[in-house]
Amino acid sequence: MFAAFLQYLFSGLTSGAIYALAGLGFAIIYNSSQVINFAQGEFIMIGGMSSATLVASGVPMPLAISLAMLISMAAGIALEKFAIEPARNSDVVTIIIITIGASIFMRGAAQLIWDKEFHSLPAFSGESPIAVMGATLMPQSLWVFAVSGVVIVALWWFFNRTMFGKAMLGTSHNRLAAQLVGVGVKKVLLASFALSALLGAVGGIVVTPITFTNYEAGIMLGLKGFSAAVLGGLGNGGGAIVGGLIVGIAEALASGYLSSAYKDAIAFVIILFVLFFMPNGLFGKRGTDRV
Amino acid sequence: MLAIIIASAPLGFSNTYFYDVGVNAMFNAIVCVGLNLLIGYAGQISLGHAGFFALGAYGSAILTVTYGVPPIVAMLLSAAVVGLLAFVVGRPILKLKGHYLAMATLGIGIIIHIVLKTESKITGGPDGMSLDNFSMLGFTIMGDRMWYWVSGVLLVLTVWLALNLIDSPVGRALRAVHGSEVGAEVVGVDTSSYKVLVFVVSAVFASIVGSLFAHKNGFITPDIGSFFHSVELVTMVVLGGMASIFGALIGAVILTLLPQILAAVEQYEAMILGAIMMGTMIFMPKGLLPSIVSSVKRLGGGR
Amino acid sequence: MRNLVKLGVVTVVAAGVCAVAGVASAAEPIKIGAFLSATGPASFLGEPEKKTLEMYVAKLNKDGGVLGRKVELVVYDDGGAGDKASTFAKRLIESDKVDLIIGGSTTGTTMAAIPLIERAQIPFISLAGAVVIVEPVKKWVFKTPHTDRMAAEKVFSDMKKKGISKIALISEDAGFGKSGHDQSVAVVKNYGIEIVADEVYSPKDPDVTAQLTKIKNAPGVQAVFNFGFGQGPAIVTKNYKQLSMPMPLYQSHGVASKDYIRLAGEASEGVRLPAAGLVVPDQLAATDPQKPVVTAFKKEYEAAFKSDVSTFAGHAYDGLQIALVAIARAGSVDKAKVRDEIEKTSGYVGTGGLVSMSPTDHMGLSPAAFHMVEIRKGDWVLSD
Repeated sequence: MFAAFLQYLFSGLTSGAIYALAGLGFAIIYNSSQVINFAQGEFIMIGGMSSATLVASGVPMPLAISLAMLISMAAGIALEKFAIEPARNSDVVTIIIITIGASIFMRGAAQLIWDKEFHSLPAFSGESPIAVMGATLMPQSLWVFAVSGVVIVALWWFFNRTMFGKAMLGTSHNRLAAQLVGVGVKKVLLASFALSALLGAVGGIVVTPITFTNYEAGIMLGLKGFSAAVLGGLGNGGGAIVGGLIVGIAEALASGYLSSAYKDAIAFVIILFVLFFMPNGLFGKRGTDRV
Repeated sequence: MLAIIIASAPLGFSNTYFYDVGVNAMFNAIVCVGLNLLIGYAGQISLGHAGFFALGAYGSAILTVTYGVPPIVAMLLSAAVVGLLAFVVGRPILKLKGHYLAMATLGIGIIIHIVLKTESKITGGPDGMSLDNFSMLGFTIMGDRMWYWVSGVLLVLTVWLALNLIDSPVGRALRAVHGSEVGAEVVGVDTSSYKVLVFVVSAVFASIVGSLFAHKNGFITPDIGSFFHSVELVTMVVLGGMASIFGALIGAVILTLLPQILAAVEQYEAMILGAIMMGTMIFMPKGLLPSIVSSVKRLGGGR
Repeated sequence: MRNLVKLGVVTVVAAGVCAVAGVASAAEPIKIGAFLSATGPASFLGEPEKKTLEMYVAKLNKDGGVLGRKVELVVYDDGGAGDKASTFAKRLIESDKVDLIIGGSTTGTTMAAIPLIERAQIPFISLAGAVVIVEPVKKWVFKTPHTDRMAAEKVFSDMKKKGISKIALISEDAGFGKSGHDQSVAVVKNYGIEIVADEVYSPKDPDVTAQLTKIKNAPGVQAVFNFGFGQGPAIVTKNYKQLSMPMPLYQSHGVASKDYIRLAGEASEGVRLPAAGLVVPDQLAATDPQKPVVTAFKKEYEAAFKSDVSTFAGHAYDGLQIALVAIARAGSVDKAKVRDEIEKTSGYVGTGGLVSMSPTDHMGLSPAAFHMVEIRKGDWVLSD
């Protein structure tokens, strides 16, 4: 029985870590701009697709991975420069629609540039499962955990220990005040999109050996990432990670002990309940209305 | 004026396919006018309205096909159930703000979609289910032309209702909620009741249109309740112009027609659609209609 | 756009050839309409179908067309959504005024268009799997692919032969898998087999070890049957290997494309599935009437698109050929005559199998159309 439970947990952790990585991207952009970027899933897709197709065409893996991260960052910068910045002072809903438009555009571009087929990457360190007390785990899942961990530490360091990171946080707290002390809001916005696109690409690359990727892969990852970020409390990186893991584990346990047909529904019910009692997510800041 | 446009549009229709697109556009317009009361006037977003639309459609389909209930009764019954559901979930959900509200409504829409997909013994599952024409008192609505006039009349009625609602005390209270919820509460507006009211009204609109849509098409799949459809509806409202009844209408018509026009360019369809959405919102952040109206006014003022 | 231009060029060239030859240059082209799921979750089906139709119509026009008339193809992408499919079907009928419709990559899109098609009385050949499309028989509706029931029956009879009596079912909760699941549950008893575990996953789930663990722990499971297409079955296969589940794994015909082997990698070794002769043309007996047809189709498709042929492309090929032969026999595009001729299709050798339709059978494939294949060393091996 315990072995089964452990296997459900591993399954949930694998999915959960993937959702968490997707959720982190939402958190970063929200932090510096209060914008929910519905094209975040597409950054993940671009990272996965470009690395997979580059490797397939004979480019060595490390080079392919770096190129994929650059391509995705370029997409993030382009999105910010050409679509978000011109509309900076618009309503939140307006910007949401812009990012939805951007996600449709990127999917359309991806099916033209690449194709509609599924692509995969070889697992980073082989495909022999690791046995732990009767349950098994793929080495690639460990890669996903490790990368999520490294990313979280790196982000913490960036936001708390570097000048620029602190400036980015400052902007999120009070845009005007940040401007007054000389923080360039535009630069911060640009950096946050570049950073979350980079993060998306990293996520896309490490998960592709597990989930495969195609031009539409970003939709589901975006949706789960959004759920993870909201459940954890918007703008809180650690919250997004916890949120993602909760969603993943809830799905796995639900399919193990309740009903696999309703596992997604069960995950959403949990999110709804959390929100009923904690309207700002698990770790969100208490919102105060400005009158 | 709207009535005149609806009445004269068919002059340009060379065959019933155009009527069909027209009916779809007007159906979407009715849902959007309802949704705009929520988004544009009360300032509350919903990413789950396709769920209510699908519940209306499936309610009608199941009641008429499986239980032999007359279509009009089935439609009203479904609408009542959807209204009740919206009322029950509306109270806790509408306490949430901004993106949290978006998440909660999204969750409700997705849960409805999953149930419709999974309970295949009742709903036919992902392969869908078929149903008959809409008939009432021995009179059957059939064919695209008849549907066109029926939906036209309904649309005019909906717009009239919405305009009246906005000018009523309820409408003023709603706008106060949008402006500043705390402020509205301070001056004694029961904000949460008003928010729930408009949530229920917009859900009922979606449900009724869902029922009609099901009868018109004669076949429905759970896709009509998908997250994409919800996003599509919100996009129509925002693109056309929030807090503008006619804006929502125009948004609905444009986004219904666009995919039909773009179908000719095949694989570029998605890119062009995305670019149009981005471009419109960048250059007309208030939406099509309000932006055009204000620029016309500016021109007028400059003279 | 590019394809439109290409099609346009082909049409112009074909017209030119006709004009020079002085044959029926004034004749209007025969219009064939198609609505396919070229994007969306079912693009796995719709994309190869679309490519196949475009390629063969262009080829046909180069060879002079049918009845001395060119063929014009109008394709719309319904994205896998039923409501879009019905609008496009209406557009094909009312606005484009096509003579015949091919399409509906999925059961949902097909069923959504059927009420319109029956009302408009236009011959329609569906490319989707479910039995409900042709049972009960609808006057104007035909289909080319094997039904999911046939696939399930083929798998169950193979299991029975191996003495398997308790199995687990794992299926995808989208259209193809759900319909296959329901058909499997309906016919399994005829084979004395019992389903002791029944699990479901979503097409985009990153990991299904939870569902598989549940199956693994269900008592007495002797084999596992997975119904789905796209990346799902590949993930199921990989997770299956990860858990080192000892019983044989069966897949449905939904994975009968090289993509599946490529994605699942070594884990696909030993997987058994029902598939059309198209995937193993070289291994068919020399006397098999299908052999030349599938060999030629595979070669042409793979040369044109540089990608492995899939059964789904074959469905479109069969649909188009049956339609063209029927039009040729009818001697016109009179809808009622063409319909009657499609119904009289007899002994047509297609990529899916031998097709003989009748007023009570609008699909016409015999169960023999399926072969059991096993994956060995990354390739299909015929094994029945």
